[in-house]
Amino acid sequence: MAEKVLMKGNEAIAEAAIRSGCRHYLGYPITPQTEIAAYMAKRMPKINGVFLQAESEISAINMVYGVAATGKRVMTSSSSPGISLKQEGISYIAGSDVPALIVNVQRGGPGLGGIQPSQSDYFQATKGGGHGDYHLIVLTPASVQEMADLTSHAFDLADKYRMPVMLLADGTIGQMMEPVELPEEKTSTVEKPWALTGTKMQREHNIINSLYLNTELLEKTNFERFERYKQIEENEVMYESFMMEDAEICVVSFGITARVSKNAIIEARRQGIKVGLIRPITVWPFPKQPILEAADKVKAFISVEMSMGQMLEDIKLACECKKPVHLCNRVGGMIPSPEQVLAKIVEVEGGKN
Amino acid sequence: MKTEILLAGFGGQGLLFAGKFIAYKGLVEGKNLSWLPSYGPEMRGGTANCSVILSDDPVGSPIVANPDVLVAMNLPSLDKFEKDVVPGGMIFVDSSLIERKVVRDDVKAFYIPATRLANEIGAPTLANMIITGKLIKEAGAVSYDNLDDALHKVVSAKHQNLFDLNKKAIECGYNYAD
Repeated sequence: MAEKVLMKGNEAIAEAAIRSGCRHYLGYPITPQTEIAAYMAKRMPKINGVFLQAESEISAINMVYGVAATGKRVMTSSSSPGISLKQEGISYIAGSDVPALIVNVQRGGPGLGGIQPSQSDYFQATKGGGHGDYHLIVLTPASVQEMADLTSHAFDLADKYRMPVMLLADGTIGQMMEPVELPEEKTSTVEKPWALTGTKMQREHNIINSLYLNTELLEKTNFERFERYKQIEENEVMYESFMMEDAEICVVSFGITARVSKNAIIEARRQGIKVGLIRPITVWPFPKQPILEAADKVKAFISVEMSMGQMLEDIKLACECKKPVHLCNRVGGMIPSPEQVLAKIVEVEGGKN
Repeated sequence: MKTEILLAGFGGQGLLFAGKFIAYKGLVEGKNLSWLPSYGPEMRGGTANCSVILSDDPVGSPIVANPDVLVAMNLPSLDKFEKDVVPGGMIFVDSSLIERKVVRDDVKAFYIPATRLANEIGAPTLANMIITGKLIKEAGAVSYDNLDDALHKVVSAKHQNLFDLNKKAIECGYNYAD
């Protein structure tokens, strides 16, 4: 086993990306994710990589599109307002079927919002974000270890399905330090015959493009893309189940709030309340099946999130409204406390509201 | 066992660094841990604090609302966080910078003139490590053994003189009796 080191979540993303063969980082600084750029600025020049601070987020994401078209592993990172700026480019990347990693270390919104942690970009991340019919695979780390592991996994998924993958973190996980065992060095093992690598006069031109003026062809590419999405929904769902065996209440929470919820669940169990947690690790594809199965066993769900109830809608869809879904939230950069979550669990257990 | 520590003071006093050292000490001892800085529009001279949790079990929430141990290196920090310490907890006060005493009588207070001591031992920027030395002695969250292992993780080998000074400061605080 490799030695564990202490790292900030943001630094773990950067180091894991480098170890995954990413040699192109294009970004623009914004709190609370700037450590990613700072780390890349220091390391990339030493390993023949490219660190480039673009003149804007829009410029950075279009550079990512360009690198992605060559089949090289590439990433950008930003925080909520910056991710909004990148949406046009992300839609183009999705529409061109090229792989890339986009990291969103979320902060409070809407607008310029604040710089404290948030999960209120859930809709934007899971429902498309930019224009047109498309999805990102969205991974939600809850520890510094997962910041590293899921970054590594994200590059593989992006290559495998030829699509943009988002790491949806938040300011807390980005800023905190925990022991982390860094992933092994690796490179892409996926053949990329579609990539723009120069024909050397030995093959036909490859074309990377998201423009289809032929409507039938555009419809066909959309249908084909959604066939791929169906495979992803079948094969790539990730979640953690915690104390669910005999649970009568199911908390659903991801990222930092899942950790807060675990504290509350352990305390509630001490008080004799049968409560468990389903922690989505992928929020697209959403872990519908385990939630639907839980719906037959529990009397209620509680969505613990740092938004006004965005994931709550996915829980309702997943459990087919078989059981009530309650909301326990803080927003605007505030984080729910274990006591707040415990109080909600006790309230739901008591059957009020 | 689980210990939640909050270190608070002015930016530039090295509270984040002290927290990182304690975290590494925990790592070397095989503990689970988290280190979380306050981050905001802060700068040198502004307020800065960080939370460190050391635990035998995996750490859930990394946020410390009610610390077992508070280190206060300026008056605003003591004013702000004194009430949050758990009953029976500990408060470490830099008594060269904070004139008032801890008001609560259900916590243990330790007064260390860390800034003055730091000047006396020729390490004026290391009051943070002096108070950390006292914390190691009294709080029992991490041990005093093998300081070098943890210190090497936070002070690079290139700066041997800084390494020695940090160690001297920790020892000074550890051996200080009020």
